[in-house]
Amino acid sequence: MSSDAFVERATEAANEAKELSNELASLATEASRLAAQAAGEAGGTSVLIIGLTVLVLAVFVGYHVVWRVTPALHSPLMAVTNAISSVIIVGALIAAGPAEFSFSEIMGFIAVTLASINIFGGFIVTQRMLAMFKKKK
Amino acid sequence: MSADLAGLFYLIASICFILALRGLSHPTTSRTGNIYGMVGMAIAIATTMAVPGVVNYGLILAAIVLGGGIGTVVAMRISMTALPQLVAAFHSLVGLAAVLVALAAYYKPEAYGIGVAGDIKVASLIEMSIGIAIGAITFTGSLVAFAKLQGLVSGRPLVFPLQHPLNAAQGIAIVALIAWLCFGQSDTALWLIVIISLALGFLLIVPIGGADMPVVVSMLNSYSGWAACGIGFTLGNNLLIVTGALVGSSGAILSYIMCKGMNRSIINVILGGFGTDEAGAAAAAAAGDDDRQVKAGSPDDAAFLMKNGKSVIIVPGYGMAVAQAQHVLREMADLLKADGVDVRYAIHPVAGRMPGHMNVLLAEANVPYDEVFEMEEVNRDFRSTDVAFVIGANDITNPAAKTDPASPIYGMPILDVEQAGTVFFIKRSMATGYAGVQNELFFKDNTSMLFGDAKVMCEKIVKALETL
Repeated sequence: MSSDAFVERATEAANEAKELSNELASLATEASRLAAQAAGEAGGTSVLIIGLTVLVLAVFVGYHVVWRVTPALHSPLMAVTNAISSVIIVGALIAAGPAEFSFSEIMGFIAVTLASINIFGGFIVTQRMLAMFKKKK
Repeated sequence: MSADLAGLFYLIASICFILALRGLSHPTTSRTGNIYGMVGMAIAIATTMAVPGVVNYGLILAAIVLGGGIGTVVAMRISMTALPQLVAAFHSLVGLAAVLVALAAYYKPEAYGIGVAGDIKVASLIEMSIGIAIGAITFTGSLVAFAKLQGLVSGRPLVFPLQHPLNAAQGIAIVALIAWLCFGQSDTALWLIVIISLALGFLLIVPIGGADMPVVVSMLNSYSGWAACGIGFTLGNNLLIVTGALVGSSGAILSYIMCKGMNRSIINVILGGFGTDEAGAAAAAAAGDDDRQVKAGSPDDAAFLMKNGKSVIIVPGYGMAVAQAQHVLREMADLLKADGVDVRYAIHPVAGRMPGHMNVLLAEANVPYDEVFEMEEVNRDFRSTDVAFVIGANDITNPAAKTDPASPIYGMPILDVEQAGTVFFIKRSMATGYAGVQNELFFKDNTSMLFGDAKVMCEKIVKALETL
């Protein structure tokens, strides 16, 4: 076997291996997608329906709790709801979490910073307001 | 930390947030409630940090310290008068954060377990784009509200032809783009949703006038909650869904209360342009050539009558906040109380520039909260009150709301100050209030106008009380 022929065969084999690995990668992708879907559908109820159940029940809780808030404290109510809606930082932390650096991580870091402004600012300003509503002697 | 354990901690955080709102049912329990809120947030952050995949601790801590530092400094230094614009600015940040998180999830869905880039589940795409749309609208809408409240732009409503059809077209475009995104997974569709939603948020708030800002601010409060909710669905995170729902319903209820306080529908407020419509303009014109005489009083008269009366009800409005008159007002009330006069405060639901604004300012001036009453609690007592002292309020005392069906404010619940023995009305000029209508109260026999700056006038009254 000449060395040329050997090189040719080797290239062919390499190409075949590359093709196979590509196929494997796409299969893996598909599998992970299906797994994600299956995870959602496991147990008979999808994540979406569980989420909707939680949403509706939480709206009921919110409705009843908020109507009991005394009108005098409506400003602190707005400030504190603003602070707790920054719980969106949970999503931001997951985005910013991985060690590598990409578009998503950058978005995550900015979101963490913005949400932190809100969390600290919102709770502190609420505390300041509520401190004024202390019983006067 | 396993997903189940994290879920349990998130549940505890949700309960903390519910208790935080629950605490606000009374001033004495409210501070404990706020602590619950902080604990809940700390649990939520700590739990997420322990989730596998979150490893970039150094940079995350740096971001939290940076953001937290800015937030702390701003919150410590802000004056209580500027609260409404502070809250508006904070809302815009939540909106922007929601958009950024949704974008991050779109470009790296693996991190959230919703598929792989370019092949995301349709349900997640819908939730994501709703989160983006609401977040972007909240962001720009809150910036406009902030600019109006801060006085960076005029509080006057900005109306132009075809405004509502344009907004509607944008709304339809967003829905169409969401459909495109779901079927095509096109990045273009995603970015167009971002851009159009940003524009829509801006255009939605521009036509709404300054005094309708309480409704706008509570509405945006609600939006920021729903944006968090949308992201919660994308992430399959119940904590975000619960919190978003709490905040969303809280903002919606506040908007409803504000609208009821003005006898206007939420649609009417959102469509905007109030205070410039023809009825208002006509009424303002009519008010212009009003040649009826008003009675101008002096600070000495006011001091004398209040000191010799048995009961005084003070009605504060936005003008008090502008003039920073709450401290000297409290001094005046203290002098009257020392003379055995019964002093109370009556708060209209829409007084000020955000819900409960007046209560906070009075609390800041050390007015005990049990002297401060809501409209329904105190309105019957005006008829047995010697002096009603109106400081910086206007439309909310206008009897035309009850008697004149042609008035733009007809049907709005008002404080019945005209039933008091004497009404003192501090006002800088005879200019009309936000609704652009003349206040019938000014021409009543028992009304005395005190023309001048609210703070200066109160100082004069205090001086007169001290020498009496």
